[in-house]
Amino acid sequence: MTDWSAGRETWPLPARWVEALGEGTLYLVESIGRFGRFLGQAVALVFIPPLKFRRLAGRVYFVGFKSLTIVILTGAFTGMALGLQVFLTLQRVGSEAFVGPAVGIALVRELGPVLTAVFVTGLAGSALTAELGIMRITEQIDAFMVMALNPMRYLVVPAILAGIITFPMLTAIFDVAGIYGGYLVAVMLLGTSPGTYFGQMQAFADMTDVMVGFWKSLCFGGLVPWVCTYKGFHCGHGAEGVSRATTEAVVLSCVLILIFNYFLGSVLP
Amino acid sequence: MIRIQGLRKFFGRQPVLRGVDLDVATGEIMIVIGRSGGGKSVLLKHMLGLLRPDAGAVVVDGTDITKLRGAALEAVRRRYGVVFQGGALFDSMSVFDNVAFPLREKTALGAGDIAQRVEEKLAQVGLVDMGHKNPAEISGGMRKRVAIARALVTEPEIVFFDEPTTGLDPILVNTIHHLIQDLHRTFRFTAVMVSHEIPEIFEIADRVAMLHEGVIIETGDARGIQNSTNPIVQQFIHGAVEGAHHVA
Repeated sequence: MTDWSAGRETWPLPARWVEALGEGTLYLVESIGRFGRFLGQAVALVFIPPLKFRRLAGRVYFVGFKSLTIVILTGAFTGMALGLQVFLTLQRVGSEAFVGPAVGIALVRELGPVLTAVFVTGLAGSALTAELGIMRITEQIDAFMVMALNPMRYLVVPAILAGIITFPMLTAIFDVAGIYGGYLVAVMLLGTSPGTYFGQMQAFADMTDVMVGFWKSLCFGGLVPWVCTYKGFHCGHGAEGVSRATTEAVVLSCVLILIFNYFLGSVLP
Repeated sequence: MIRIQGLRKFFGRQPVLRGVDLDVATGEIMIVIGRSGGGKSVLLKHMLGLLRPDAGAVVVDGTDITKLRGAALEAVRRRYGVVFQGGALFDSMSVFDNVAFPLREKTALGAGDIAQRVEEKLAQVGLVDMGHKNPAEISGGMRKRVAIARALVTEPEIVFFDEPTTGLDPILVNTIHHLIQDLHRTFRFTAVMVSHEIPEIFEIADRVAMLHEGVIIETGDARGIQNSTNPIVQQFIHGAVEGAHHVA
C-alpha cells in the first residue's frame, strides 16, 4: 500500500492545512455515508423476515414502559410551569381566559414531542448506546457475526421499531399530564374556571395541532434509536470509548431533535 | 484448508500485518504464537471475515473470503465456531440460552432436541446443571468452557480460539487445553488457536506458527519450533528479556 503522505512533516504549512482539511472532509462525508447506510440496512431488515418479535416486545418495555414515570412527572411539571407563566403574562392584557388553549397548543405541537424525545434520549437512548457499546467492546456483536447472524436484526431493528411505537404514546401521555398540570395551576391555584380552561382549549386547538405533534413524535421515535444504536454499534475501545459514544449519542440526538423540530414545524400545517 | 497469502493490514499509518503467509491443513490444530500486540488477533479476525485486509487473501477451501460479503460470507461462517478471548457470552441470557442460541437461530431443531444437544455439550465441557446461571454468576474458567460449548454446539468444521486461556490459573489452562484436545479427537475439526501459553501449547499443537512484527517468521511442529535456530523464536519461547529482539 502506497503511503502518499510519507514525509509529510517536511511539507510546507499550507500543504499540511490542505491535507488536514481534506482528511476532515473525507471523515465527515464517510461518517454521514456510514450513518445513512446504517439506517438503510435497518429499514431493509424491517421488511425482510424474520422480525424478532420477542426482542421488539422487550425493547417496547425498555423504551416505553420504563420511561413512563419520568414522562408523567416531567409532563406534569412542564404543564404547571407553562400554566403559571402563561397565566401571569395573559393577566397583564386581561386575557387569562386563553391560558387553556395556550398551554394545550404549546404542549401538543411543540413541548410534548420535543421534551418527551429529549427525556427518553437521556433515559433509554443513553442506556441503549451504553449496552451496545459494551456488547461491541466485549465482542458480543462480533459473536453474532461469526454465527452467521446479522446483529442489526437482533439489536438495532427492534430498538428503532420500539421507538416508533412508543414515542407517540409517551408524547400523548406527556401532553395529558402537562394539560392537567396546567389545569392544577391555572384553575385550582389561580382561579380560572374549569369550563373556560377546557372550553377555550377545545375551541382553539384542533386535530391539526394533534397531528403535528404526532408526526414529530413519530419522526423522533425513529431518529433517537437510530442515533443511539449507531453510536453504540460504532463505539471506540474500552470504557472511554463507551463513555464517549454515550455522550455523543445524547448530544447528537438532542441537537437533531431540535433541528428536526424546527423544520417539521415549518413544513407541517 | 485455510491458505493465507500476503496478508497486509494497516491501522491508520501503523502496519500490523506486513505480508502474512500461512497454511492450515484440514483437521489439524494450528497454534499461532507471538508477543502481545503482535497482530495475532488481527490475523484471526481476517480469517473470520471481521476485518478486511489492505492486500492479500484468506482462502478457505478455494474461496477467497476477503472478497465475500453478505450471504456468501455467512455461508462460510456457518462452518465456523469461534471462542473469543473474553468468551463474548451474551450477558442478557443464561448459560443454557447462550449455548442454545446458535441452534435456535440457525437450525430447524425443535425445543426438545435443542435442550438435549445443549445439555450434552455442557456435560462435555464439565458444566452439568449450570445452564440456569447467568454468565456474571460463574467464574472466568467456566465462562471459557461455556464459550467452547457454544462454539462447538453446531458441530462446526473449523474452530477458532482467540487466547482461550488468558487470565486463567495454570491448572485451568491445562484443563482447557486438554478439553480442546479431547473435543478435537472426538469431532476432528480444524482448529486455529492464537495463544502465548508457552510451553503448554506444545502438548496440543499439530503445528505452531510464530508471528513477529506482522510476518510469520517460523512454522513447524512443536518439536521443530522448540528446536528452532531462529533467535527471536528462542527468545520468545524462553521468555528472555535479553535477546535478538529488543524488548521495550
